[in-house]
Amino acid sequence: MKGILGKKVGMTQIFDDTGEVTPVTVIEAGPCYVTQIKTKTKDGYEAVQLGFAEAKRLNRPQRGHLPKGVPDVRYLGELKVDDISVYEIGQKIDAGIFSVGDLVDVTGISKGKGFAGAMKRHGFAGGPATHGQSDRARAPGSIGATSSPGRVFKGKRMPGHMGSQRTTVQNLKVAIVDPERNLLAVKGAVPGAKGGLVTVKSAVKGM
Amino acid sequence: MVDLVASVEQQQLRSEDELPQLRPGDLVRVRTRIFEGGRERVQIFQGTVMRLRKGGANANFTVRRIAAHGVGVERTFPLHSPRIVKVEVLRHSHVRRAQLYYLRDRKGKAARLREKRLEEKARA
Repeated sequence: MKGILGKKVGMTQIFDDTGEVTPVTVIEAGPCYVTQIKTKTKDGYEAVQLGFAEAKRLNRPQRGHLPKGVPDVRYLGELKVDDISVYEIGQKIDAGIFSVGDLVDVTGISKGKGFAGAMKRHGFAGGPATHGQSDRARAPGSIGATSSPGRVFKGKRMPGHMGSQRTTVQNLKVAIVDPERNLLAVKGAVPGAKGGLVTVKSAVKGM
Repeated sequence: MVDLVASVEQQQLRSEDELPQLRPGDLVRVRTRIFEGGRERVQIFQGTVMRLRKGGANANFTVRRIAAHGVGVERTFPLHSPRIVKVEVLRHSHVRRAQLYYLRDRKGKAARLREKRLEEKARA
């Protein structure tokens, strides 16, 4: 399991040699620093904590957490790895851990949609627009039967808050890797707004 | 940050002098590489430039021609696609808008455009 933290920069498209167009999302990936290594004995599980992006200002406890030699970082993120022994504290990780053609999973916080209705949030069809209907066009329809069961089942899909949620898109193909410019481009869309923090990991389900 | 996107796009773009200088209303002959049954050949599409769209690597242009039986055919080409071998400009036209959508509503003589002869300087 390889992974890196990054920032979504935006989308564009690239041409391959045959002229085929690929839509890509550009991610400013790394450089990340290993800020802590979690061990079985001490923490009960094994993981690597990564720090990413320059911090404008850190308070003393935050700075105290960071090991010597690691610049002030804004974000911390944890990554479960197969073998923690290959990592050491302060180690720098750049986009070069991936190569073109790798499959990756990208996790981010999706764009907030606010309080959304059932059509937008769950893809409901809404009601008829004609035949004498009024105020039914975007209604969710029936939400259950009558006195038996006499209640609405838990988990019934209803209007509510949508987005601003941790979302993962799986199996995106890496299209460009440039460790010098800390640049990574993956095929397809990635959750979140431009400038949002994303985690790029090698794919869980990849072939 | 946005510069990173620009830098990725930059590598995709064709160089300035390699790009065809197009204006709306130009009569052009577009030569594209197409792959057909495992074979590669160059196809020609000749028509009027109906619109130009900018947008970095996504820049494209639409060419309209009248095919057999007076059927209008529009084809949009990515400006920076390596599949575009060459775009020859055969003739410029006097047009007063950037997007010539009105050509869709006209046929025959009404769809003609007045020719505009450009001086060499203006063309550069």
